[in-house]
Amino acid sequence: MTIEEIQNDIIDEFSMFEDWEERYQYMIDLGKTLPLIDEKFKTEDHIIKGCQSKVWVHADMEDDKVNFTADSDAIITKGIIAILIRVFSNQHPKAILDANTDFIDEIGLKEHLSPTRANGLVSMIKQLKMYAIAYQTQLN
Amino acid sequence: MTLNVQDIRRDFPILNRKVNGKPLIYFDNAATSQTPQQVIDVIVDYYSNYNANIHRGVHSLSQEATDAYEQARLKIQTHFNAKHSHEIIFTAGTTHGINLVANGFSSLLKKGDEVLVSALEHHSNIVPWQMLCERTGATLKVIPMNQNGELILSEFDSLLNENTKLVFVNHISNALGTINPIEYIIEKAHSAGAAVLVDGAQSCPHLKPDVQQLDVDFYVCSAHKICGPTGVGMLYGKEEWLKKLPPYQGGGEMIAEVSFEKTTYANLPHKFEAGTPNVCGGIAFGAALDYMNTIGFDNIAKYENTLLDYATEQLLQVDGLKIYGTAKEKTSVISFNVANIHPYDIGTILDKMGIAVRTGHHCAQPIMDFYQIPGTIRASFMFYNTKEEIDTFITALKKAVMMLS
Ligand SMILES: Cc1ncc(COP(=O)(O)O)c(C=O)c1O
Repeated sequence: MTIEEIQNDIIDEFSMFEDWEERYQYMIDLGKTLPLIDEKFKTEDHIIKGCQSKVWVHADMEDDKVNFTADSDAIITKGIIAILIRVFSNQHPKAILDANTDFIDEIGLKEHLSPTRANGLVSMIKQLKMYAIAYQTQLN
Repeated sequence: MTLNVQDIRRDFPILNRKVNGKPLIYFDNAATSQTPQQVIDVIVDYYSNYNANIHRGVHSLSQEATDAYEQARLKIQTHFNAKHSHEIIFTAGTTHGINLVANGFSSLLKKGDEVLVSALEHHSNIVPWQMLCERTGATLKVIPMNQNGELILSEFDSLLNENTKLVFVNHISNALGTINPIEYIIEKAHSAGAAVLVDGAQSCPHLKPDVQQLDVDFYVCSAHKICGPTGVGMLYGKEEWLKKLPPYQGGGEMIAEVSFEKTTYANLPHKFEAGTPNVCGGIAFGAALDYMNTIGFDNIAKYENTLLDYATEQLLQVDGLKIYGTAKEKTSVISFNVANIHPYDIGTILDKMGIAVRTGHHCAQPIMDFYQIPGTIRASFMFYNTKEEIDTFITALKKAVMMLS
């Protein structure tokens, strides 16, 4: 599936929810499905700065596709990163770089997008794209 | 007189607003308190009627603004019972006041001198002293605390010696709510020949310090924690100390005579008040103290203690909840965690239900390291909060815990 198709799926899923509670409950559940980062990568240089909770992300590339794993000590943060990873994992670096993240607004999580918010969603997106840049350079 | 909370709540327009569709419950008072209409009116009146630069104009507006600003200084002097009005320096807040003193001591300390700081400090009362020690070669030592979040006074006693020049301690800890025994600390420090700075950022909203009775050398606070505006505060310093310290910033207002060869400094308090100050903020600070004094600090303390006791009792009934900071003497601040749920998760869900709490390390990382936790959820109450709000908060907290478990 393309990034856009996955994003549309997520928008469809979230459109079924009536209120914030259902949305957050779903996010919390998604957090439990997050592809977990290998413990050995939970080091200082895998931590994303700018989050009130700790977030670790790791990436590798296979057959020109980037795969992400991550973890966080906060469940809601885990849910948010699970959504991002579902969108960006198993994609070509170029596709990751070209993707926009407007869907976050559409699924009612806009409040998490503010660059001043301590959850660091913006820093997470930046970090995923940084990995994509690095792998894109390898391919060139 | 007792305190009628429903009447008081009418003074605070912000308490009527909704957040995420729910009536706001504001329990982040230790970060910033809300502003009553009486203070808002003073701010509007200033900008509507007599906004001008002070101490320099011959015209009427400037005179009116100067009078109001100096009147506010007198109110602050009276409130804290300072001996002289020139011992009250207007600052931009607690952090500014601490830096002003720390900077002044740069020229008074030398290698081998020791400064003591408590384990309970806000980063504002740690970093400036570390910088001071780096500049002067003095050594920073820490007064440790026990599991309840109380300073261990016997350790303090043994840290004091003839090299101790300064002691810094907050009156009340922002992270845990502990009221520190500053009377004891001041007396002991003085008998060892050390000066004491007390960070009153968290105490001034809840009690009325008497700087002469305390015999404290420096006392600092911020107006925004006492129902006043942000960006203004005060430094009290004993006259003899303020005369000894060099000016912090150079500029207009703080000078007597300027030539390119030599500048002589203005007298106190202007020596420390370079540049155009926050005139409106200073005047509103005075109005905030008037407001608080009209309610009365005895009434405030009594009422807030009932809120603290009630909330503590209710919180302890939540499964897996642990309170950090259980000092015998504490104010209406409760820091806690529930089981191993991250504070950030609970804070996020509470916000969805209109409840404002603080989560994180509260600018006091050493305290979090002491308990080996990433942070806490902190609920802090003021005299305009109610038991009903606490009930709603407890229900919301239980729901958050259920969602997150
Ligand atoms: C104990 C303590 N000290 C210092 C400060 C800093 O105050 P301000 O940011 O107003 O300078 C605070 C405020 O959070 C505080 O609680």
